[in-house]
Amino acid sequence: MSIFYFIAFLTILFAVLVISAKNPVHSILYLVLTFFTFTIQYILLNAQFLAIVNFIVYMGAILVLFLYTLMLINLNKDSEPMKTNLVKIAAVLGGGCLMVVLVGALKALGVSQPVVLKNPDLGLVKNLGKVLFNEFLLPFEVSSLLLLSAMVGAVLLATKDKKTTA
Amino acid sequence: MGTTDIIVKLILIVVIFLISLVIAMYSTYAERKIAAFFQDRLGPSRAGPFGILQPVADGTKMFLKEEIIPANSSKFLFIVGPSLAIMTACIGSAVIPWGQTLQIGTYVLDLQVTDINVGILYIFGVVSLGVYGVMIGGWASNNKYSLLGAIRAASQNISYEIAMGLSIIALLMTTGTLSLKEIAAQQHGWHWNVVYQPLGFLIFIICAFAETNRSPFDLPECETELVGGYHTEYSSMKLGFYLFAEYINMFISSAVMATLYFGGYNFPFMHSLGLSSNWVTILGVIALFAKIFFFIFFFMWVRWTIPRFRYDQLMDLGWKTLIPLAIANIVLTGIVMTLLK
Repeated sequence: MSIFYFIAFLTILFAVLVISAKNPVHSILYLVLTFFTFTIQYILLNAQFLAIVNFIVYMGAILVLFLYTLMLINLNKDSEPMKTNLVKIAAVLGGGCLMVVLVGALKALGVSQPVVLKNPDLGLVKNLGKVLFNEFLLPFEVSSLLLLSAMVGAVLLATKDKKTTA
Repeated sequence: MGTTDIIVKLILIVVIFLISLVIAMYSTYAERKIAAFFQDRLGPSRAGPFGILQPVADGTKMFLKEEIIPANSSKFLFIVGPSLAIMTACIGSAVIPWGQTLQIGTYVLDLQVTDINVGILYIFGVVSLGVYGVMIGGWASNNKYSLLGAIRAASQNISYEIAMGLSIIALLMTTGTLSLKEIAAQQHGWHWNVVYQPLGFLIFIICAFAETNRSPFDLPECETELVGGYHTEYSSMKLGFYLFAEYINMFISSAVMATLYFGGYNFPFMHSLGLSSNWVTILGVIALFAKIFFFIFFFMWVRWTIPRFRYDQLMDLGWKTLIPLAIANIVLTGIVMTLLK
């Protein structure tokens, strides 16, 4: 349990550093560390497959692309446009409203019962695969269709519109 | 897990670490000798007999060189870059089964550091982490050539990771497990996976070349265009770490290829020789290392034979050839498996 609290502390620390870092590249590197602490949490929960997939997909692919884009666009302080005060006030109000909602929602919740899994090895590949492809086959397939449509959409956006360029 | 187990594992880890370092050191020597052979020259021949002490001399030189950290670089990240590169190179060896078990008295020694049940994915994760070393180092140098090298490395690694993952999926369909130990054990007696997955192996080895930044995919450090690529600004042992990481990566990826596709520690007639199980294990370790050395030689053979790709050719090969081929391989494997069932 003390490991959990230590890792949770690190997660929050790095997450705060992500938004407080001045340099966008440093921000992304803190985000990498945040995701790495997630991986440790998954391992503590005995969910090895989820841990390693989080590691590969988020740390190894998505954040590399983030880093890649940020290195290319070269964000300097001079080039960053100053926001007007109106936008800043609106952002503070919006964020404050979200916090009120979150606090209200959390307050309404009772203290959660610790979930006791029937099978403590549920996170291992074999069990997870069986659950995904038997009990939750439909949601699994639907989410894969969703990903496919997102991919097709991205390709469509990336290809040049022949009418306008020609 | 008792205290003895922990001590034994620690010793095993240290031994594997030292072996990786020695092999990486002597890979540099082998590379220069093989290059010399291909180009009809002598290669290193002054330090010791046949130049056998050359890696030691090179290493000493690396340590004694002046450390330079560029004034406008991001200092902390400049040091983190090569450290990450060498660290990710070294942790990959943890899940590779180097052999079967050795019986010493009553103690059974397993020649694998850890058998996690997502072994292949672990290797894959380590490989995908490896690009951070290059990217961070390239960006922190604050040099446009380094940055271009880093960006090339990132896009190349991401592109080839997809094809590599897809080629492994076809392999997993036939083996039915993610544990490297079980995969190695399944290939006993000529049931080598390369026989069942020839196309998958071809895709995997091409991607392994790209992931280790070896020629013909060494565009991140392409001298003719980018000076030294991502390590342009590096000197002394930090440069040494980058170069060393490349050779360790080569060793680990050779070991992975030997384990996944070429039977790992299995060798023909291993149980009909009439030897005790300890001797079979030791011969198995030797067989595995013979396969690994062959692959390392193959890496060098290709490097001194094939010229570097152009960047658009590299991307075309990755996205338009290897990924469709890998998907076709998955479909084919699925059809054949259903028909044979």
